[in-house]
Amino acid sequence: MNAAPSLLEIAGLSLEIAGRPILKGVNLDVRSGEVVGLVGESGSGKSMTALSIMRLLPPGARASGRVTFDGIDILSATEDQMCALRGDDIGMVFQEPMTALNPVRTIGEQVAEGIRWHTGANRTDSEALARRILDRVGLPAERFPLSRYPHELSGGQRQRVVIAIACALKPKLLIADEPTTALDVVLQRQVLDLLMDLVQENRMGLLLISHDLAVVTEMADRVTILREGEVIEAGETARVLSEQRHSYTRQLAQASVHVPRRNPVVTRARVKGPLLTVENVSRHYPGRRLSLLRRDEPIRAVDGVSFSMQPGRSVALVGRSGCGKSTLARMILALDRPTSGEIRFRGEPISGRSEADLKAARREMQVVFQDPYGSFDPRQKVEKLVTEPLHLLETRPSRAERRDMAARALEEVGLSASDLEKYPHEFSGGQRQRLSIARAIIIRPKLVVADEPVSALDVSIRARILDLFANLNARLGIAYLFITHDLTVARAITDEVLVMHEGRIVERGRTNEVLDNPRSEAARALVEAAPDLNRAIARKMQEQ
Amino acid sequence: MTLHTDIPEERLADLAGKALASRSFVTGAAIVLAVTAVALLSFLWTPYDITVLVIDDKQQAPSWAHWFGTDHFGRDIASMIIIGARNSIAVALVAVGIGMGIGVPLGCLAAARGGLLDEAVMRLNDLVFAFPALLSAIMITAIFGPGAVNAIIAIGIFNIPVFARVARAGALAIWPREFILAARAAGKGKTLITLEHILPNIATLLMVQGTIQFALGILAEAGLSYVGLGAQPPMPSWGRMLFEAQTRMASAPWMAIFPGTAIVVTVLGLNLLGDGISDLIDPKARRQR
Repeated sequence: MNAAPSLLEIAGLSLEIAGRPILKGVNLDVRSGEVVGLVGESGSGKSMTALSIMRLLPPGARASGRVTFDGIDILSATEDQMCALRGDDIGMVFQEPMTALNPVRTIGEQVAEGIRWHTGANRTDSEALARRILDRVGLPAERFPLSRYPHELSGGQRQRVVIAIACALKPKLLIADEPTTALDVVLQRQVLDLLMDLVQENRMGLLLISHDLAVVTEMADRVTILREGEVIEAGETARVLSEQRHSYTRQLAQASVHVPRRNPVVTRARVKGPLLTVENVSRHYPGRRLSLLRRDEPIRAVDGVSFSMQPGRSVALVGRSGCGKSTLARMILALDRPTSGEIRFRGEPISGRSEADLKAARREMQVVFQDPYGSFDPRQKVEKLVTEPLHLLETRPSRAERRDMAARALEEVGLSASDLEKYPHEFSGGQRQRLSIARAIIIRPKLVVADEPVSALDVSIRARILDLFANLNARLGIAYLFITHDLTVARAITDEVLVMHEGRIVERGRTNEVLDNPRSEAARALVEAAPDLNRAIARKMQEQ
Repeated sequence: MTLHTDIPEERLADLAGKALASRSFVTGAAIVLAVTAVALLSFLWTPYDITVLVIDDKQQAPSWAHWFGTDHFGRDIASMIIIGARNSIAVALVAVGIGMGIGVPLGCLAAARGGLLDEAVMRLNDLVFAFPALLSAIMITAIFGPGAVNAIIAIGIFNIPVFARVARAGALAIWPREFILAARAAGKGKTLITLEHILPNIATLLMVQGTIQFALGILAEAGLSYVGLGAQPPMPSWGRMLFEAQTRMASAPWMAIFPGTAIVVTVLGLNLLGDGISDLIDPKARRQR
C-alpha cells in the first residue's frame, strides 16, 4: 500500500466548532499523482476537512490531531508559512464558480495575482504565465483575452478560470470541493477531464470532494467515505465500491442508482384530449443595446416549441443549463408570456389571460422549485406556506379546514401535523423539498411542474423524494413535467422525454428509448457525459 | 447603504441574545428609552411650571434648586428640556410616519409594477431629493406660517423619497426570489404578495432607516425652531432654546450647553440604535457564528 511517500497525511484529525464536534479522528492520505475521493452527504465534514488542510477554518474552530503536508506540520505552522503554501503548493477549487471570482477584476489580474505574490515575478512575466495557464484550461487568447471580466463568462468558463488560478503555480496538491456540482453534465464532464489531465501532466495529488458517488468512482484511485465526521470506509475505489462491505457504502451506492417502483397510473375518468398543449411557443428577450437606437439580435430563449402532455403521464424536459427549460416552464405556469405561440391547459388558452381568468387553470397546476432554501418565505410558518394555493379555491375554507388540509398534505409527503407551527429554517433541505411538494399537492392539481426538484439534495434524500413523486403520481394521478439536466432522474421517474437544446426541442420519445439510443447530437452529448455509478465501477474493475 | 434583506434564518431568542450582547444596540436603546420616558413624565410632572416667569430668578447658574440653571425669564431649563423632548419626539415621529406612510407604499408600488410607473415615481422622488431639505422646509413654513404642524409636514415631505427608495430597493431584491414565484403560481396578485411577502421581508430594513430619519427629524426640528419656524412660544423647543441662548453665551453658557447636549444625546442614541439593528441583521455579522 505504501508505495510512494504521502504528500498529505491526515492522522486523527478532530475538529470542534463552538464546542460541537465536526470531525472525529479523520485519517486520510494523498500521494503525488493520485486522485483521492472524499465522499459524504451534506454536513458530513467534507468541506471542513478541506479547510483544515488549508487552515482556513472559521473562527471558533479548534482542530487537533496531525496534518502533514510535504513534511510541514500544518496545524502548528505559522500564518506566514501557511500564506506561502496556499495557492502555491496547495491549490483549491471551490464549488460555486459564480462567487469564487472577484467580479470587479479581470480574469487576467486574478490569475496573475497569485503568480506575482508567490514568485515575485514582474507584471509581464506573470501575465505571460497567466496567459499560458488560461490557454491550458481551454480559454484561448482569441476568445478569452486577459481583459475579460467574470460576468462575461459562463459558469463552466468561470470554473476553468478558478482552476487556472489554483493550478497556475503547479501545486503539489489540488483540493477540489464539489468542483462540478453547480454545472450541467456536459460541463461537468469537461471540467473533470481537465482536472484529470492536469493531475497526469503535473503529477499533482488531487483531493476530490463530492457528494456524487458516480463522479468520485470515475475519477478517484482511492476513496474515503465520511459520515457525520467519521471515516466509515476507505480504500481502493474499485474494491470499496464493488465489495460495498460497509452498510453505509451500500446505502449510498443504492441511493445513487435508485429507481422508484412505479405503478401504472389508473386514469379514473377518461379525460378527452391532452392535459397540456404547447403550440409553437417562442420567448424572445430584447438583445443587448448597441447604441441609443440599435439593439443586438433578440435572444431566442425558447424558439418554436410544440408538445403535448396526457393526464397522469410524466414527462422529462432535459437539456443543458441555459437551454431555455426554465423559461418554458414559467410560460406553462403562466408566470411569463410567450412572444408568440399558444399554450393550452385542458383546451383553454392560458397565455395573456388576467389573473382572475387564470384561477381555474392555476388550481390544476402547481410548481416545485429547485432550491429548497429559496422557495419559502422565511418569515412565515409552515401552515401559512403550505396553504398558500388554497387562495385559488372559489369558496374560502375556514381556518380549521385549512389546518386540516395542511395537516393532510404534510402527512402525504411524510411530515407530521406537528410541523405546522414551525418556520422553514427549522427543516433540512430534504424536508423543505417535501414541504414544497406538500404545497403543490394541497389543492390536488392535475399537473405539477418540477424545476430540478432533487438536484440540490443528497443522494439518499433524493432517492426518497423520487419515491414520493412516484407514489403521488400513482395515488393521485398527478402528471409531472420534470425539468432536469440529470438523466438518472429522468430515467427514474418519467414516461417520456423531451430533449431541449438552444431553445428548441431536438428529440422526443419514450424515456428509455431516447436515453438508450439518443439520435440527436444534443441528446448524445448529455447521455455520454452523464456519470453512471455502475458503469464507473465496472470500468474501475477492468483497469485493475 | 447595504441592502441585505436576507435576514431571517434566525430564531427570535438568538436575536434577542445577540441584541443584548451588542453594545451599540443596548446603549442606543437605553438612551432612546430614557428620552422617551422623560418626555412621557413631562405630562405628569416637571420640576417647575415653565409657564410662570420668575424674573427674580433669571439667568441663574446650575444649582441644587435649578439643576440646569434658569433662562432670561427665570424659567427652569431642566423643565423646559423635559417638555421640549415631547415636542422633538412628536415632530420627528409624525414626520417619519408621514415619510413611511407615503414613501413605503410608493416604493412597493414602483417595485411591483415596474416600467413607466416605476420610472415616474422614482423621477418624482429625485425631484424632491434635489431640493436641499432644510431650505425647502424653511420655504414651506415661511409660506404656510410657522408652527409645529407645518414643521412636521415640511420634514415629513422630505422623508417620503427616502423611504420610497429604500422600500423599492428592498422589494426589488425580494421579487425575483422563488417564493414569490410560488405565490404567483398560487394565483396571488401583486398587492397581496406585497402585503404578505414583501413587507415582512423588508421590515427590518425600514426599521433601520426609520431610526436614522428619526434622528434627522429631531435635528431638522431643532433647525426650524432655531430660525423661529418650529413650535411657537410658550411651547419650549430645543432648537429655540439654543437660539435664545445665542446672545447670552458669555453670561449664561448653561442656557446653550444643556439643550445642545439634549439634542446630541438623543441623536446619538438613535444612531446607535440604528447601527445596532443593522448589525443584528447584517449577514456578515451573522456568519461568524
